[in-house]
Amino acid sequence: MHSFGYRLNGLLTFSVTILAIMCAITSLSDNLNTPSPSAEIQVMNINWFQKQPQGNDEVSLTMNISADLQTLFTWNTKQLFIFVAAEYKTPKNSLNQVSLWDAIIPSKEHAKFWIHTSNKYRFVDQGNNLRGKEFNLTLHWHVMPKTGKMFADKIVLTGYSFPEEYR
Amino acid sequence: MGWIGDTVDSVKSIQIRQLLTQAVSLGMIVTSALIIWKGLMCITGSESPVVVVLSGSMEPGFKRGDILFLHMSKDPIRAGEIVVFNIDGREIPIVHRVIKVHERKDTGEVDVLTKGDNNYGDDRLLYAQGQLYLQRNHIMGRAVGFLPYVGWVTIIMTEKPIIKYILIGALGLLVITSKD
Repeated sequence: MHSFGYRLNGLLTFSVTILAIMCAITSLSDNLNTPSPSAEIQVMNINWFQKQPQGNDEVSLTMNISADLQTLFTWNTKQLFIFVAAEYKTPKNSLNQVSLWDAIIPSKEHAKFWIHTSNKYRFVDQGNNLRGKEFNLTLHWHVMPKTGKMFADKIVLTGYSFPEEYR
Repeated sequence: MGWIGDTVDSVKSIQIRQLLTQAVSLGMIVTSALIIWKGLMCITGSESPVVVVLSGSMEPGFKRGDILFLHMSKDPIRAGEIVVFNIDGREIPIVHRVIKVHERKDTGEVDVLTKGDNNYGDDRLLYAQGQLYLQRNHIMGRAVGFLPYVGWVTIIMTEKPIIKYILIGALGLLVITSKD
């Protein structure tokens, strides 16, 4: 009952259990944080708006994105993954979400930023429904913790629309 | 030297009843592990409630050797979620983020495009020939939580099977020689 093997087994079991409990408590401590993020996106320019040979609409745009996400960081946050998605309805699809730009924010200091950028990923519709259409730009963030539960939220900004004609 | 002598003595003195008891205890341990695994599969609604991250395509968020807890609910799949999916013809599940969603109005079915955070382009190169999107039936679950480093045990046992055999051999020896 007191051999080396039993003692080692007991020690290992105990330490793994304690480690698991510590990870769980660390993750629960994230719930104490009440974040208050803010963001603003301006579409500076629609660079071009064409119909591809396959029949799908494609648009390229340049945006100004500014945000303050510092309150989302806790001691258990490893990084914040943020992305801007355009959301719109079409006759065939009740929801379309297209990610236009994303970034990884590794620390609180980088969480307040302003960026002028064109869309990182191609904005291609499933069809040719974009002319004159209204869309929302949503800034999503995903909090990736050092350990435990991941959570996500978003800010929806409305009022954007495509031009009536291709250009 | 004395330890080896003791081991040989205890192997000689084994009786059938004791052997059977130990075999049943071992069986109980294995089956309770199986029950816990299957129970987790039911609770999380996913075929594989825990996966190990095998590649660096989601760095710096998920590194090789981390484990992810998956959950699959009836909630619609939305952009930004980290999903684990299987491609027809490939056996290893892939953990990437959804960047594009097209949800049909009439059927509620969804076309999804994914991309690894650390990859330059989207996953169309990984999909089957001619496949442009993933559907819900390809997706095994959403990642909801994670633990760093714990998955290295699985990676080592898969890539160097000799360690798996050594462990099982040592366990077997422990069961035979214990005097319970």
